[in-house]
Amino acid sequence: MSTRLIALAVAFVALFTVPYWMPGVYYVNVASQILFYAVFALGLNVLVGYAGLVSLGHAGLFGIAAYATGYMLQNGFGHVPAILVALVLGLVAMAIYAVLSLRSTGIGFIMITLAIGEILWGLAYRWISMTGGDNGISLHGRPAPFGIDVNTANGFYYMTLVVFLAAVLSVAIFVRSPLGAALKGTRDQPRRMNALGYHVWAIRFWACLFSGLLTAVSGILFVYYTQFISPQTLALTSSAEVLLMVISGGAGTLLGPIVGAGVVVVVKSVVSGFITRWNFLLGAIFVAIVILMPEGLVPGSARLWRLFWRKAGQRSAKAEAKP
Amino acid sequence: MSALTVSGLCKSFGGLHVTNDVTLNVELGERRLIIGPNGAGKTTLFNLITGELTPDSGLITLFGEDITRVPSRRRPHMGMARTYQIITLFPHDTIIHNVSLALLGLSPMRWNPLIDMRRQSHIVERGREALARVGLGHIADRPLAQTSYGERRRVEIAMALAQNPKLLLLDEPFAGLSIDERRDVHQLLLGIPRDVTMVMIEHNMDVALEFAERITLLHFGEVIVEGTRAEVVADPRTREVYLGH
Repeated sequence: MSTRLIALAVAFVALFTVPYWMPGVYYVNVASQILFYAVFALGLNVLVGYAGLVSLGHAGLFGIAAYATGYMLQNGFGHVPAILVALVLGLVAMAIYAVLSLRSTGIGFIMITLAIGEILWGLAYRWISMTGGDNGISLHGRPAPFGIDVNTANGFYYMTLVVFLAAVLSVAIFVRSPLGAALKGTRDQPRRMNALGYHVWAIRFWACLFSGLLTAVSGILFVYYTQFISPQTLALTSSAEVLLMVISGGAGTLLGPIVGAGVVVVVKSVVSGFITRWNFLLGAIFVAIVILMPEGLVPGSARLWRLFWRKAGQRSAKAEAKP
Repeated sequence: MSALTVSGLCKSFGGLHVTNDVTLNVELGERRLIIGPNGAGKTTLFNLITGELTPDSGLITLFGEDITRVPSRRRPHMGMARTYQIITLFPHDTIIHNVSLALLGLSPMRWNPLIDMRRQSHIVERGREALARVGLGHIADRPLAQTSYGERRRVEIAMALAQNPKLLLLDEPFAGLSIDERRDVHQLLLGIPRDVTMVMIEHNMDVALEFAERITLLHFGEVIVEGTRAEVVADPRTREVYLGH
């Protein structure tokens, strides 16, 4: 327990001092990206990891929140109403997603979420009067929560960090709660859960809304970060990318999606500066993860760590026995 | 008032009449045994009673209340619990977590996303009590993956008992158990108080016959014989269909 507390303290200190030890503004921005993509991945992980429902349409939800923010700001509304409308729209869209896709699980669920995601991408592309089509929507300026300027890289980083920590905390609390336990139960034995008196559909629906809320939050952070939103953000590749974050880091774990977001963002933005074929590298990394740690980086590393210590323990026991 | 009545219940899968005009009346506190050869429609009958399958026609009442159209997830809240022939547990969790889920299913707390499940001491304590009743109190914190088949059978029963049911449906609780384990489970079932009505499907005649007061014999989805233990055992149709001699 104490080692855990120390690790937590080290992580906190490291996260809060990022602008001081990162080599430059560029890397602080990369850290911000990791954090808001981690919120996105945490949101998707609620469904993929804890509910056993794989969504391939989450970029659509992410995009709805981002577009809503952009549209509201473009039309002269303030930051507070823009963010509120984006959150509400994100939740409404998730509720529609859920009603349509929770009619099935497994492959059926994937296909319906994929279809809705593609419809939203098409809308973003074609509904030019609303979305600006391929030109997208550009933002001018970021909000100033409690009078704090977040137009600088450091300011934005700290705002994102606060939101990120709140997201991690909310998932941590949810997973340990009775509703979280019930959700994992519906993943492992839906039929049994029903026979025990649980409303399986409703439990999944609430999980969808929680996932949608985190996704919308990350979409809003994204649009404030890039100050631009275009249909590209809603494309299937974006949905697949965040799903890869979840799976590569470790679905159904709290840290997994965060680590996965780190890997993907670092390869995409940092390594791509040195290697032209960064896509190839990302692919190779995923293949390596699937072969070496099919359960994901976080549970996989934990397994190797335990194995290492057990081996080390055996070796020292042997060494002691020899003389 | 009867604990459970089933009247004119029918269920077909395509052209196959799995349950064909079944009528049953189980009195309060009764111990009913349902027997029949493989494919007689015993488990289907259970699935109809618990609502996991919807009947094509017929009526089911629980303690005098018509539950034919009540969703299956509501029925545990009305005092019905079941165990499964094929063990259906939560494989990644501990034994106590399995039983806690059974308890949580009947508690409004199951919707709470904020509190810590492991700190809900009344749930955990009641779970431990249920496990003690089936003789698993000493391994409550063991992961389910590290338990034997016989222990899992008892976890199934503990989960049903934890819900404090008034009607307990047991689908082959002795299946796959050793002689010793069978005796333990048998003792356990005999110890369940009379305010719990029990309906059991079982093939294992030596223990099952001792348990039952009344027996229903199903064959090709129909009730062939019904009566007291002595009547059914003595009936020539029972011998013909089931006992085979």
